[in-house]
Amino acid sequence: MSKRPWPFVLGGLLVALLLAGVVSNYASAHPDGLDSSLLKGCTVNADGEITGGSCPAQQAKDHELADSPLADYGVRGVSNGFLSTGLSGVLGVLLTFALGGGLFWLARRRGPATGSATVPGTGATAGPASDQAGPGSGRAGDERPARAAGTR
Amino acid sequence: MHISNGIIDGPVAAVFAALALAVLTFCVLRGRRDLDDRLAPMAGLVAAFIFAVQMLNFPIFTAGVSGHLLGGALAAMLVGPWVGALCVAVVLVVQALVFGDGGVAMLGLNITNMALLGTAAAYVLIALLLRVLPRTPTGLAVTAFVSALVSVVVASQGFVLQYWLGGTTDLGGNLTGLAGTMAGVHLLIGIGEGLITATTVVTVAKVRPDLVYALRALKPAVPAPAVPVAGGAR
Repeated sequence: MSKRPWPFVLGGLLVALLLAGVVSNYASAHPDGLDSSLLKGCTVNADGEITGGSCPAQQAKDHELADSPLADYGVRGVSNGFLSTGLSGVLGVLLTFALGGGLFWLARRRGPATGSATVPGTGATAGPASDQAGPGSGRAGDERPARAAGTR
Repeated sequence: MHISNGIIDGPVAAVFAALALAVLTFCVLRGRRDLDDRLAPMAGLVAAFIFAVQMLNFPIFTAGVSGHLLGGALAAMLVGPWVGALCVAVVLVVQALVFGDGGVAMLGLNITNMALLGTAAAYVLIALLLRVLPRTPTGLAVTAFVSALVSVVVASQGFVLQYWLGGTTDLGGNLTGLAGTMAGVHLLIGIGEGLITATTVVTVAKVRPDLVYALRALKPAVPAPAVPVAGGAR
């Protein structure tokens, strides 16, 4: 329980970077479930543009930030499609990790070090109590089988 | 499943933005109890991982249609329902504000469907299934698969509700048609979501079981038969 999460988090981040940076280029380009449902009633050409009929998707408007430098998962100015998609994916993973991880780190409960046993009374909230129950009961669960086996 | 601008009208989008903001605020307050030095970096990773896998649209059996992970079930299993919903919301905010994916005006609708409804539906099932299924990798995989599959269908019906309230095209009373189409296609996408979620969760549980929130928080309702104490008491 006292193991630090960081090696795992860094390893997971590498996997995410690989998926977004490389594998993303092999993703299906077809419209997703929602978009295809909204196209029902319309005919589309090979490029996915509506050519006729009537369907909810015709009401779609441009995105507010359609000219963002990373719009549509590409980096503006990078002409190589593979590189553009991969680079936007890498930037997206890093940005999401920085934003999400940063906010969660700021919002976290300050107190005793990572799950290390029970240090009562350091936090004023009800949080530490439930935290103690977690690792505490987990440890009891680990020890019980050993003790029971010993008594048998 | 990102709604583009213009699909749902402004007033309904605004109502759902307010609703999403209120529920997310509650998630922050409630999630802080879970967020410690260990969960916070893990939650950052979960958000980044969901962003990455959401880029990987996979084909489904229906020709010409793809699907991608939503991530609510994955997040709920790894970091819990409150922080999990926040993880998916962070991804949706980044996608809308930086990648032009899902209208900014539609953000509240998208967060409601994918981050709130999806995660909530998943966690209800996770809590239920982990208590009744055996504590084995198979039990964990089945829990992840089923909760992920159902969460995608629930999220798709969230959109149908929103479309009923503020859809910009008159379907001529044929809302059930849309509901059926959405449910059918997202049942197929849900299979993909289930496979990705189960694979990921089982892998994490194998490497670092202490980092799987659902395994820490949800104790079995009855003592596992494998525990010798139960046998000894008999």
